[in-house]
Amino acid sequence: MAATPLVDLHDVTKRYGDGPLVLDRVSLAAAPGDFLSLIGPSGCGKSTLLRLIAGLSPVTGGTLRVDGRTPEQAAAELAFVFQEPTLLPWLTVAQNVGLPQKLRGIPPALRSATCQRVLDLVRLGDRTQAYPRQLSGGQKMRVSIARALSLSPKLLLLDEPFGALDEMTREHLNEELLAIRHAQAWTAFFVTHSVAEAVFLSNRIVVMAATPGRIHTEVPVTLAYPRTSATRLSREYHDLVGEVSRLLRTVESAAA
Amino acid sequence: MMSKRVLHILLPALMGVLFIAIWYAIRFAMAEEMRFLLPTPGEIIATFQTNGADLLRAALNTGEGALLGFVLAIAVSSLLALTLSVSPLVRVSLYPYLMMLQMIPVIIFAPILILWVGPGLKSVVIITFLICFFPLVVNTTQGLVSTDRNLVELFRMYRARRPQEILLLRVPAALPYFFTGLRIAATLAPIGALVGDYTAGSSAGDGGGLGFQAIIYSSQAKYPALFATAAVTCVLGFVFVAVVLGLSWLALHHWHDSYERADN
Repeated sequence: MAATPLVDLHDVTKRYGDGPLVLDRVSLAAAPGDFLSLIGPSGCGKSTLLRLIAGLSPVTGGTLRVDGRTPEQAAAELAFVFQEPTLLPWLTVAQNVGLPQKLRGIPPALRSATCQRVLDLVRLGDRTQAYPRQLSGGQKMRVSIARALSLSPKLLLLDEPFGALDEMTREHLNEELLAIRHAQAWTAFFVTHSVAEAVFLSNRIVVMAATPGRIHTEVPVTLAYPRTSATRLSREYHDLVGEVSRLLRTVESAAA
Repeated sequence: MMSKRVLHILLPALMGVLFIAIWYAIRFAMAEEMRFLLPTPGEIIATFQTNGADLLRAALNTGEGALLGFVLAIAVSSLLALTLSVSPLVRVSLYPYLMMLQMIPVIIFAPILILWVGPGLKSVVIITFLICFFPLVVNTTQGLVSTDRNLVELFRMYRARRPQEILLLRVPAALPYFFTGLRIAATLAPIGALVGDYTAGSSAGDGGGLGFQAIIYSSQAKYPALFATAAVTCVLGFVFVAVVLGLSWLALHHWHDSYERADN
């Protein structure tokens, strides 16, 4: 890789207190523009890895650099999309999206233009005054993504954001996510249980193994961007889904 | 559905008529010389002509004591709940004493209170405060510490400062709990003021409240007036609850699930 890595993990280990090893010597580098999916059986530490990169939890051993700094120092460069939409129910869509800017002390007049722009990106520009409970599950998740994009992050960390949605909505949002990335060019770490989703979105898939969590294999995805619903019909796509599924089965049977 | 709405008004009205009919039936079943024990609704309403001014003045006095004690309890309990929510250690050390405060029997405390601050409004306010305080502090504290963990994590993620986390997240998230406490306290406030009035009220100054008035009517054997006093107390309690329900609706209806059906 020619570019300096945006995320650089070297022999990162993690354990909580005196508990068992959750992550064992994970080394991984992501270049700017990478869309990297983490996939693996439950307990492989993929969500933990994401939380370490986000600075939500400290590493036990090894080094972790985001944009050349510690995750805490690089906090302004990264945004996190949780499994749940995590919207504040008493705020409108626009106020929810404006929250990260508000916390950073950006005055309201400057916030609204950004809110409108990111909500247009997720095609909810006309629902700014709605409350979360008036939205569908997919719409809530789109608001959550708009909120994450509101601070123009270099790195987007997504922890199974579409796991609770139905298949159709998920495929739709996958396409939208790629379209937005096409316009904004952030780097993504994407945790998922869905092989199809990982193949469709990523240029790199990291297959992880459990107990202790570690990297098993990395699979490059050579499908050309931009990817559309037609991509899912291609031979190459199906071969990749098959290959990653096979790897996952290997990992899971080794654990059992 | 129109017929359903009509039913919702008609059925309670019918029950009211039935209730009054039973009332009269019981009264006429009683021996003539015992009938003074159960005045008719007409007699009770009639007492407002002679005692209306007294009852209004008493209701305003009790209302004042109830309102001051209620507001004082809201202010102090909110501040205390904020303090309690900040640290589990503070919570553990203060909780037993809060429980004790709740256990104070007002009847025994009233004479002590009269020694300390004298009879009248001050005593009534303090007794109301004591009765309202506990449900408020328990509910508000519970609300402040029950914030959705994912939302707390979101705030940490965006490096929110502690005051931001409290003001923008914990306080609004605690509002449904706060209003639950407020509804309980709103029903207790007029009763607390009445009990305060009864045990530590005074005819000095502007002439005491409903509790004090009840003592007077009782000693004069004015039973219809006693019933009227009870009715006025009910109205006072209803006003408190109605105001709190209104405030609760204003604060929560646009986002909280408890109002979901009303919106659709």
